[in-house]
Amino acid sequence: MQKLFIAIIFTILLSGCSGNWGWYVVNPTTDGGITNLIFLLSGLYYTILTSVVAIVISIVVGLIIALPALSKNRFLRGINRFYVEIVRAVPILVLILWVYYGLPQVAGITIDVFWAGVIALALSDSAFEAEIFRAGIQSVDKGQYEASHTISLNYIDTMRFVILPQAIRRVLPALGNQLVYMLKMSSLVSVIGMQELTRKANELVVTEYRPLEVYTILVLEYLVLILIVSAGVRWLENRLGTDK
Amino acid sequence: MGRIINVENISKNFGDFQALKGVSLDVSVGERVVICGPSGSGKSTLIRCINGLEEHQTGTIEVDGVLLDQSANSLSMIKSKIGMVFQQFNLFPHLTVMENLTLGPIRARKMRKSDAVDLAMEYLERVRIPEQANKYPVQLSGGQQQRVAIARSLCMEPTIILFDEPTSALDPEMIKEVLEVMTELATSGMTMICVTHETGFARNVADKMVFMDCGEIVETAKPDKFFTNPDSQRCQEFLDKILHH
Repeated sequence: MQKLFIAIIFTILLSGCSGNWGWYVVNPTTDGGITNLIFLLSGLYYTILTSVVAIVISIVVGLIIALPALSKNRFLRGINRFYVEIVRAVPILVLILWVYYGLPQVAGITIDVFWAGVIALALSDSAFEAEIFRAGIQSVDKGQYEASHTISLNYIDTMRFVILPQAIRRVLPALGNQLVYMLKMSSLVSVIGMQELTRKANELVVTEYRPLEVYTILVLEYLVLILIVSAGVRWLENRLGTDK
Repeated sequence: MGRIINVENISKNFGDFQALKGVSLDVSVGERVVICGPSGSGKSTLIRCINGLEEHQTGTIEVDGVLLDQSANSLSMIKSKIGMVFQQFNLFPHLTVMENLTLGPIRARKMRKSDAVDLAMEYLERVRIPEQANKYPVQLSGGQQQRVAIARSLCMEPTIILFDEPTSALDPEMIKEVLEVMTELATSGMTMICVTHETGFARNVADKMVFMDCGEIVETAKPDKFFTNPDSQRCQEFLDKILHH
């Protein structure tokens, strides 16, 4: 029964495709196909650059936002909550549009596509990074602060040499998740015209009228990219050891 | 002998719970004080107030002429004079033994790295584990970890060292090696305040025994008198419990 059901689905899918597939647009054995594939892959540069720059900024900002949350001072904790709640509530796509079209008017500056995309992605992600760091830092035993106190370390040294190295090891899996998430979300900056993977695919679809084939390649591009990044994060986790 | 610690009538509340109710304690240079008492009696809180880990509400604490008033300056001066060893060791698990020992000297005392390493080796030899310098704390036994923790405080070259139940988290066979190191330290003339229930150690090294109960100092006496003929009923009852199980 089950096999029959699967067979029917396959038949329907294949019949729908038969004759309509136009793989020639990305056929690597023809000149046209090669040109198109190179065009699609050329978006990789901006996808990776945007994601990496954005994640670095968002980690730094996230850390700065996380620290007040650990303070005894209610006002400082309030600043953290305010930032996290506001930023977390704005959809990424909306933030990208606002930073690109709105921010230049408000601030009277010009922002190019790249920095608009990076700033929007970093801002949006920083709220999540802040929550991850807060949880990581809070998971470190109180005794570690007390020991630092007794060997006269100041606040910055305590954080830098004692607390953060332990906290970051613990949140590494979560940070890895954010990097993967960032790579995927970077596809959204295609709407403001950044020449990354998704934008390239959209442009090719317009000229070739072959959305199915082009977008399938796009899916594969993201899949391979993210599998590589995941493996890298796994490797890093093993190297640093979760709790050494 | 000059007075180095002067605790005058301090109180400390945790919410509604009064952990210390007007405690006064004097410690002279080179004096070895052992504090004992039932759990929750305020022993740990008292020594944690002395080095500023807890903030007391009333009364005064003076260490080596510096009044502890929670200003950054007085706190950092007092911190630099006092070392502390914890029940749970509190070693830094991500750092090697050597890095645990040199972190304070390098960052807080601004020593050169090579000098800090020499200093650390010297103290590791004193606690008899120089061969463990490049291991991580998890690779050591509890007794070894506690000896590293003692060496870590000594690397700051404090004038006073506080012990907060240093052997309570250890297996019985490891207690001895830690007590030996502590005894050796005591004979070197270091000013020590130990919260501990190790009566053998107390009899051997203490100049003064302090018994606390319910946030108060109930009895202060020389060890001979303390263990054989204490004045207070409560102290006698406590000793009966810990001496004959």
